[in-house]
Amino acid sequence: MSILVDKNTKVICQGFTGKQGSFHSEQAIAYGTRMVGGVTPGKGGQTHLGLPVFNTVRDAVRETGAQASMIYVPAAFAADSILEAADAGIEVIVCITEGIPVLDMLNVKAALRANGAKLIGPNCPGVITSGECKIGIMPGVIHQKGKIGIVSRSGTLTYEAVHQTTQLGLGQSTCVGIGGDPIKGLDFIDCLEMFEADPQTEAVILVGEIGGSREEAAAEYIRSNMKKPVAAYIAGRTAPKGKRMGHAGAIIAGGAGTADAKIRALEAAGAVVAQSPAGLGEAVQAALARR
Amino acid sequence: MNLHEYQAKQILRSGNINTPRGIAAASAEGAADAARELGGDAWVVKAQIHAGGRGKAGGVKVVKSLDEVRAVAASLLGKPLVTNQNAPEGQPVGRVLVEETLPIARELYLSLLVDRETERVAIVASAAGGMEIEEVARAAPDKVLTETCDPLLGVQDFQCRALAFALKLTGEAYRDFCRLLPQLYRVFVANDLSLLEINPLVVAADNRVLPLDCKMSVDDNALYRRKALAELRDDSQIDAKEAAANAANVNYVALAGNIGCMVNGAGLAMATMDLIQQEGGMPANFLDVGGGATPETVAQGFKIILLDPNVKAVLINIFGGIVRCDVIAEGIIQAVKEVGVKVPVIVRLEGTNAELGRKLLAESGLAIVAAESLTQAAKLAVKEAA
Repeated sequence: MSILVDKNTKVICQGFTGKQGSFHSEQAIAYGTRMVGGVTPGKGGQTHLGLPVFNTVRDAVRETGAQASMIYVPAAFAADSILEAADAGIEVIVCITEGIPVLDMLNVKAALRANGAKLIGPNCPGVITSGECKIGIMPGVIHQKGKIGIVSRSGTLTYEAVHQTTQLGLGQSTCVGIGGDPIKGLDFIDCLEMFEADPQTEAVILVGEIGGSREEAAAEYIRSNMKKPVAAYIAGRTAPKGKRMGHAGAIIAGGAGTADAKIRALEAAGAVVAQSPAGLGEAVQAALARR
Repeated sequence: MNLHEYQAKQILRSGNINTPRGIAAASAEGAADAARELGGDAWVVKAQIHAGGRGKAGGVKVVKSLDEVRAVAASLLGKPLVTNQNAPEGQPVGRVLVEETLPIARELYLSLLVDRETERVAIVASAAGGMEIEEVARAAPDKVLTETCDPLLGVQDFQCRALAFALKLTGEAYRDFCRLLPQLYRVFVANDLSLLEINPLVVAADNRVLPLDCKMSVDDNALYRRKALAELRDDSQIDAKEAAANAANVNYVALAGNIGCMVNGAGLAMATMDLIQQEGGMPANFLDVGGGATPETVAQGFKIILLDPNVKAVLINIFGGIVRCDVIAEGIIQAVKEVGVKVPVIVRLEGTNAELGRKLLAESGLAIVAAESLTQAAKLAVKEAA
């Protein structure tokens, strides 16, 4: 078991024949992901990487039975691509694209609430179930099948968590990069809920950062609903107020969204909070030992 | 991207919203001409910078003669204005806005912003105009009124009425306010704003509702489709190094310390800053070269970091995923040679081919230290910069 995707998940790529789409589709196929085709408007009927290309996601779903899609289209067209995937009945939509206008995402979220599709991202590394299905830009080689679920707002900090859990022999069930944008698809709580219900996952690592209050909401969820141990790390303790730290969502606004407030909330909820990203592996070991 | 008050008010007027009459000027003489054109016998001269707190800092003055307009404009223009909301060195005043004065009955607060919790545009209002809304929220949270708008419907009349009643507006002011909100919402959406703040929104003695001040921020991600707004960028208002980074499309924030940082990924970049402080040092900057670091982005990063004369050491922290560590190591070596880096460079490489990357760095013959771990890298950087 795992969450969101596994070895049976049929995956297509939107923006399939572009540079990013081609490169990461190749990597996904090499990892063992069950890629069944891709979409590039105007190139329907062609074959790319040995797989069929379709003009529309509807065509792709009808012909291949695709359940998940990874989106590598430029920011100006990405919101439309998410809506197209949702309309065609794709269940898990992974949008890697960075830089989508925030008002576009407000519209997308409103439409998705009615549709029920699960969106991961945008501006994220994607989702991977170790040893089974890789949808995204994460390096597959550092992953190892195992028992830790990871949910994170940051790409490279996810890789740190993956690397350390692999080195400690714990491995990962599924890793979800929920992305660095303020308006996004799946959130911490959605993933915590799925990890709590997943038999393969024995503990969870949560990686947050400054901005917003979703880590605080996650802490409340952990306190009231989770039996599995949680380890956490929050980036940005030394970030200045009012400055956007790379991610569109990483900003301390009006004194709210500080790292200290998030760390306090998580510790109060019983999570083991690592003081350094280098301590993520040890923190989850400590959390497991507490059980 | 922030806009100046005079630019924001121009955008409001394009949206059929009444504002006080005003003209921006870049010289003392131009300011006097503006006052003459506006007419009347009193004006307000307002320094145009991308920061609040101008009034308390002497950047907003009411004057009663053309000579005074000239004198106040001359005293403000071309000099930095330091307020309680900007950096100690302040921001240069390139323009002043000369406006008519209005007899004011009440001052309110109004803003529109993207609320990440409800995933909607929120309209925030308060009867405590002129105060910082964060302060009002702390002191009296029940005085902060909020309505959120369904993105598929926009602001509804009942929401306008609810706010107008809560603000105790009556007669013409009530009607003016209820007309104003949908217009502001349209301006917000049509210009891809992330913030539109009117503080104060005044009820004039004649019961008209007018924005006395206006602050606008445009969503950087939407500038590609708001070309006219992108033209309004004023790099004189931001740190020179940040402006250079913007031009090079690099995520950079200048900080006060002396350890330059170059990291791939925003989260890891913040974590690296945190670790430096934990080890007793101070980062000179935040710099994210992007998830996939390449030799070109590394060279670009060095150039921007070294614009800061305070930098005594550079810490590079790269988790090589899709891009292999040996390729990144070669990029670092090439960039150090090309840019002529004179300060010690500490590199932490992890991920694919990390050992090979460390070996290349160690054998380069350059002043590059390859650290074994993230913690060791931070310790070394703090030691080198001390």
